[in-house]
Amino acid sequence: MSKAVRRVLPGFNLSLGYTLVYLSLLVLIPLGATFLKASSLSLEQFWAVVTTPRVLASYKLSFGASLIAGAINAFFGLLLAWSLVRYTFPGKRIVDALVDLPFALPTAVAGIALTAIYAKNGWVGSLIEPHGLQVAFKPLGVLVALVFIGLPFVVRTVQPVLQDLETELEEAAASLGASRWQTFRHVVFPALYPALLTGFALAFARAVGEYGSVIFIAGNIPLVSEITPLMIITKLEQYDYVGATAIAVVMLVVSFVLLLAINLLQGWTAKRTGRES
Amino acid sequence: MSIQVNNINKRFGDFVALDNVSLDFPSGELTALLGPSGCGKTTLLRIIAGLEQADSGQVLLEGEDASDTHVRERQVGFVFQHYALFRHMTVFDNVAFGLRVKPRKQRPSETEIRKKVGALLELVQLSWLGDRFPSQLSGGQRQRIALARALAVEPRVLLLDEPFGALDAKVRKELRRWLRRLHDELHITSLFVTHDQEEALEVSDRVVLMNKGKVEQVGPPQEVYEHPASSFVFGFLGSANRFHADGQVGFVRPHELDIITDLNSTEGLEARIARILSFGASARVELYAGNGIDAPLQYEVELSRERAASLQLEPEKLVRLVPARLRVFDGSDLQGVGA
Repeated sequence: MSKAVRRVLPGFNLSLGYTLVYLSLLVLIPLGATFLKASSLSLEQFWAVVTTPRVLASYKLSFGASLIAGAINAFFGLLLAWSLVRYTFPGKRIVDALVDLPFALPTAVAGIALTAIYAKNGWVGSLIEPHGLQVAFKPLGVLVALVFIGLPFVVRTVQPVLQDLETELEEAAASLGASRWQTFRHVVFPALYPALLTGFALAFARAVGEYGSVIFIAGNIPLVSEITPLMIITKLEQYDYVGATAIAVVMLVVSFVLLLAINLLQGWTAKRTGRES
Repeated sequence: MSIQVNNINKRFGDFVALDNVSLDFPSGELTALLGPSGCGKTTLLRIIAGLEQADSGQVLLEGEDASDTHVRERQVGFVFQHYALFRHMTVFDNVAFGLRVKPRKQRPSETEIRKKVGALLELVQLSWLGDRFPSQLSGGQRQRIALARALAVEPRVLLLDEPFGALDAKVRKELRRWLRRLHDELHITSLFVTHDQEEALEVSDRVVLMNKGKVEQVGPPQEVYEHPASSFVFGFLGSANRFHADGQVGFVRPHELDIITDLNSTEGLEARIARILSFGASARVELYAGNGIDAPLQYEVELSRERAASLQLEPEKLVRLVPARLRVFDGSDLQGVGA
C-alpha cells in the first residue's frame, strides 16, 4: 500500500478531477476547437489572413490601447483604492459601490453612454472638440472605453491589500527618517506591487477581449479605429469562419504570452522579496 | 538626552487619554511606563515620538520644545509591539533602511553601511541572519532586528511600545534581561511601555505608573513596590487581599498574611480554606471570608511549604488570617500599619 499524504481537508482527488473536467469543458475544449478550425488553413494562407494591413492595424490598436488602459487604470485605481481605504469622507460607501458599476453595466450601454457624452454634440465632446481634442470615433475613444471597463480590477485587487497594510510600517519608516516619497517608494509600493500587477493584468486582459462598449465609440474606421475583436466579428458576418478563428488564434497566443510574462514577473518579484522561497 | 513633558492633554472623542500629564525623564535612564490597557501610556509614548499630536502641552527634548518637530527630525528610535519590519526586505536591508534614506550629503557610503549594519547585527547577536526575510524569523529574533533597525540611525532616545507583548513567556523573560544588558552597554535614554508589572519592576531604573490618563506614582521599582502611593498602585503591582472594616479598606499582600489554626485567638479574621495549591517553593491557599456559608469574598495567602505542612491545612477547614502588614489608603495618603 502506498502511503498517502495526510491532509487536513479531504477530497483532494475529487476536487482535482472536478477542476480538470470543469476547466476542459469551459476553457480548453472551446480554445482547442479554435486552433483546430484554424489549422484547416495552410501556413501561407494563415499568415496571409492574419497579416493583412487592416488586421495588423487592429492588433496595434487593440493591444496598444489595452496596455495603456491597463496602465492608466493601475495608476488611478491605486489612487482610488488609497482614498477609499485611508480616508473617510461623506458618500464614501456610494463611491465604493460605484466602482463596481462598470462590471454590472451591459457593455453596449456603457459604449452608447460614452459615445453620447464624447461625441461632437455631447456634454464633454462639445467642450473639448473646439480645442482640437477629438475622442469619439478616434483611437482615443477606444482608450476611454477600455479605461472605463477596466476600472474595478485594480481598485478591487489593491483595496484589501492596502487595508491589511499596517500604518505602523509607515510610522516606522518615518521614525527612521524617511521622507513621504521614500516611505511610499520603499515601504508602501513594494507591498502593493503584486496586487497592482494582478489588477493591471486583469484590466489588460479584459480590455483586449472587450467588444460591446468599444464598437460604439470607436467609429470603426478601417486602419484607424478598428479593434481586433471587431475584425473577427466582421469575418464571421461574411461567413469566413476559418479567417475569424485564425485571427482569434493570434489574439489568444499574444494574450497568453503577455499574461504569462506578467505571471513570471510576479513569481520573480515574490522570490526576490521573500514572499516565497 | 533628557525628555520632559509638560501638561500634556489628549482626547480621542469623549475619551480622555491623557489628563494634564507632566513628567521628567533624566538622561541615560531606562524608564517603564506601566499601567492597565487604556491608561494612556502608549499615547504618551507616541506623543513623545511625534507619531501623535497632543491637544495641548509641550514635549521638550534636551530642553528644546519639540512639539512642532516632525517624527522624521526628532531622532527617536521607535520599536513597535508587532515589530513593523519591512517584509519585502532582508534583515540586512531592514537595518540599513534608516541609513539609506538619509539625504545624499549625510548618507554613509555603502561600505560604511555594510560595516555599521554588521556591527548592529552583532550587537543583537543575529549576524548570521542578514540574508533572511522577516517571515523566516521567530518573534524574539524579529524584535531584536527591529531594535537594531531603530539603533542604526543613532537615535537620541529609544522608545519601545510593549516590545515583548507579542512574545511567549519564556522568550519574554530572556529578552527583557537582554534589553537591560543592552541598556547598560549603550546608556541611551529609553522609555518602554508595558502592562506587565513584573517586567517593569525587573528591567527599569524607574517606573511611571499610570491610570486613566493620569500619573499615579513615579519612582525606582523598589520604592513603588514597597511604598505604593495609592490603592491602585498597590493593586496593580501584585496580588492584593482587601479587608473591609469601618468603611475603610485595608490591603495586604498574600505573603504578608499568616494562617493560625487556633480558633480561640482573637487575632485576625476568620476564614475557611477553599483550595490549597502547592508547587514550587511556596504554597498558595485560597480562602473564603468568615465561616464560608455564603461568603463570596476570596483571600489568597502565600506560605512556605514547610509552614503549610506544619499547619496541616485542608479544604473546608476553619482558620484565622493574621496580617503581618496592613496598608490603608485614604485618598492618596499612605498609612502603613505594622501589625
